[in-house]
Amino acid sequence: MTVFDDELQQLKEKILKMGSLVEDALKNSIQALVDRDNAVAKRVIDNDRVINTLDVEIDEESIRLIALRQPKAGDLRFITTAMKITTDLERMGDLAVNIAERAIELNEEPILKPYIDIPRMREIAQGMMRDALDAFVRKDKRLAMDVIMRDDEVDDLKHEVLKELAFFMAQDPSTVYRAMKISFVAQYLERLADHATNIAEMVIYLVEGKIIRHMAPPAEGD
Amino acid sequence: MPGKIELEVKGLDFYYAGDIHALKKINLTVYKNTVTSLIGPSGCGKTTLLRCFNRMHDLYPGNRYQGEIIFQGNNILSIGTDLIDLRSRVGMVFQKPTPFPMSIFDNIAYGLKLKGVRKRADLSERVEKALLHSALWDEVKDKLNASAYALSGGQQQRLVIARALAVNPEVLLFDEPTSALDPISTAKIEELAAVLKKEVTIVIVTHNMQQAARISDWTGFLMLGELIEFDKTDRIFTAPSEKLTEDYVTGRFG
Repeated sequence: MTVFDDELQQLKEKILKMGSLVEDALKNSIQALVDRDNAVAKRVIDNDRVINTLDVEIDEESIRLIALRQPKAGDLRFITTAMKITTDLERMGDLAVNIAERAIELNEEPILKPYIDIPRMREIAQGMMRDALDAFVRKDKRLAMDVIMRDDEVDDLKHEVLKELAFFMAQDPSTVYRAMKISFVAQYLERLADHATNIAEMVIYLVEGKIIRHMAPPAEGD
Repeated sequence: MPGKIELEVKGLDFYYAGDIHALKKINLTVYKNTVTSLIGPSGCGKTTLLRCFNRMHDLYPGNRYQGEIIFQGNNILSIGTDLIDLRSRVGMVFQKPTPFPMSIFDNIAYGLKLKGVRKRADLSERVEKALLHSALWDEVKDKLNASAYALSGGQQQRLVIARALAVNPEVLLFDEPTSALDPISTAKIEELAAVLKKEVTIVIVTHNMQQAARISDWTGFLMLGELIEFDKTDRIFTAPSEKLTEDYVTGRFG
């Protein structure tokens, strides 16, 4: 293993560390909402600093490697992918913070309704994110494709949630404030899944050298 | 889409004296008005291939070619090829500058005189044009009668390029043209390649992969006498098709 290989390995480990912190943030933000736990929400907000620091470190390290190592081919794709993934992860961390903030606001109010679809959305988005990072580590194109396919499930659930909330608001204007906050949360979760999709698309670039963003949905198989 | 074809190599085998099989079934197309780099580890055959393009190998006995290199409709490997004419149309620039032991002016006028240009005014005009093209004119216009040896290495290399350009070649072959130069002179030669390709087709052998990446449109990767991969330069350096190419350009060879 060369010194450069070692540096690439360290970069990969940093991304995985950042990924696991974002995953925790997402899980905890929804927990703070469902369990009406302000302490957990505040922890999510505070921990975002660590995620932001890693984002900067990964960018700086990537730029340094590009300047000093002049990476080529697979190495070049790995480093550019790392830089893009870190941007998505950082935004995902921010969205978890947004969820935590809405949770604190909602915790001031009486419960509108039990949460069913929102935890489900969280579960799918989190699974997508974990698999996207797994696909990155293993350079697994199939798993990345699978993540991209799952994005529709989250979109569908979001529409369900928004429809239901619209019904609440139409029936009883006193629910508008809470329903709006909850619809924001659904929107954030949908965005989180979009970022996981971005990561999966970057993995396909990493493996194949092809940029598939802004194209029609990928065909099944190779 | 690639443009017009300048040189087409078809099933080329080359043997050095003693039956050393240095190039094996090479197929490659050099497109007009582009820069094509040949890269690969030492002994891979890239310089051997370059030297086929103007039959430099003929200077040594016992070397032999098989296959074809088509240049303007003719196979230059055929017996009837006029080598003097070929080498003026396919010029070569070597690793170390090779100025003749004469004045700057005469270095460039030499080839022109061989081609029958006699009038002083014609010579002056074409010498100036060649020096302008090789981006050396401003530095030497006031000392054209000084010895070429008084120039720096980078200037000498541009002088040699001017000398090759003076006889209006279609192709210029560069054999590691900057390996003996400092970074600033290197940058000037690289810049020159980008400008010159509007008028001539350039094939360059380089050990410096960064250089291949910076200046060429097409890149061929050779190993052990075989052309492993030939593609657009950006493809070779971002997403090559062959594992061997990937290993070479990322420095994970062997």
